[in-house]
Amino acid sequence: MIVILDYDIGNIGSIKNILCKIGAKDVKISRDKNDILNAQKLILPGVGAFDAGIKKLRQYDLPELIYECAYERHTPILGICLGMQMLGNNSEEGDCEGLKLIDFSCKRFPDDIDYKVPHMGWDYVQIIDDKNLLFKNLVDKQRYYFVHSYYAECENKENILMTCEYGKISFAAAVSKENIYGMQFHPEKSHLYGMNLLRNFIWEC
Amino acid sequence: MISRPRIIPTLLLDEGKLVKTQKFKKPHYLGDPLNAIKIFNEKGVDELCILDISATKANRAPDFDILKRMAEEAFMPLSYGGGITTIEQARQLFYIGFEKVVINTSLIENPRLVKEIIDIYGSQSVIASIDYRKKWGKQRCYIRGGRKQTKYSLKELCEYAENQGVGEILLYSIERDGMSVGYDINVISEIAEKLHIPLIACGGASKLEDIKAVLEEGKATAVAAGSLFVYYGKKKAVLINYPDESILLKYGIYKEET
Repeated sequence: MIVILDYDIGNIGSIKNILCKIGAKDVKISRDKNDILNAQKLILPGVGAFDAGIKKLRQYDLPELIYECAYERHTPILGICLGMQMLGNNSEEGDCEGLKLIDFSCKRFPDDIDYKVPHMGWDYVQIIDDKNLLFKNLVDKQRYYFVHSYYAECENKENILMTCEYGKISFAAAVSKENIYGMQFHPEKSHLYGMNLLRNFIWEC
Repeated sequence: MISRPRIIPTLLLDEGKLVKTQKFKKPHYLGDPLNAIKIFNEKGVDELCILDISATKANRAPDFDILKRMAEEAFMPLSYGGGITTIEQARQLFYIGFEKVVINTSLIENPRLVKEIIDIYGSQSVIASIDYRKKWGKQRCYIRGGRKQTKYSLKELCEYAENQGVGEILLYSIERDGMSVGYDINVISEIAEKLHIPLIACGGASKLEDIKAVLEEGKATAVAAGSLFVYYGKKKAVLINYPDESILLKYGIYKEET
């Protein structure tokens, strides 16, 4: 069973739609303890502000369940957009602490008249760790849809899967640490490019 | 680096039907919106903007049934505007698969709602749609589908929207809507130069050269167009269309990734 975490903040419908489209069976939107602990894959969506997201996760007692999946059960977990940002330590967007599953902090893009904030639109990425299972069979340049005002700055280079450049900033477009993955862009809104990544996450990782 | 500015077909809904207007009036029936979404999805469009032009007038909420079915067919970002008056409606829209809400009337009549959506869902989730036309020699802003004039000039409302914290501004020329006369480049560049947030130009596109011009001279961050992507030819036959990547590269609208 693939569980998409429901914590009131996220475009859950889009993620379910695309998973069904690529042929994933048994996809459930849930915040139920049993569903989460027994999930074969866990997806943490997110469209919103950092503190609002963290507070909602706490409201539904989800952090503990996420840690158990991450550390005890080694469930592959994918955080998307805000979902990825919450996997880190903290964000300049808010005061709450993140889940600290991967060592990074989120910073705001600087004001730049040529590079407006939010970074919004389709952008190409550079794949850093092309051996990762997430990139199996991917050819050509990959592009995805980004919508964000804050970007991740990783402490350890080996956690960076993909980078993207916006203005003077080169940021982590995708991160990973063992069974934990994060994508700053929206694979569920990135046509075939996103479908390929999600296919790999579901069937290869 | 963004070498692909967003090109966004704008679909107008009127009582559940796909329509095209001229100067925000005379809605002309085009067909079934779901069909249009499917075609745009197949063509791999960057993004879609869906605006319900009858919702605010009828004091009606968004039609979630049809919007849900649209979201199931679209694997690119979607924004929706029309009759959004509560936070619950915004939550529902994000839940079913829309990335952004487009706020026009509520920007003036309910600023608290706008702030609430931004606080919970982030500024990137809100597009302020600013509809304007010239009156007595000055650019003035309108709400309620262009029917009610506000006290704001164009510059004032754009500044206000940016200060409210919206993610981007959809600048919609009422006079050029559906008229295929090109974008309002002078006005757009004046506003774009002052904004720190993205500006989507809308109203008047008739050919790809118009898109290139509004991006380069107009300094728009992205473009939206209705007629250009739903009509074809001088006789305005209804044909859902969208330029291929190779054409956009040829016109210099997309630049080669270095």
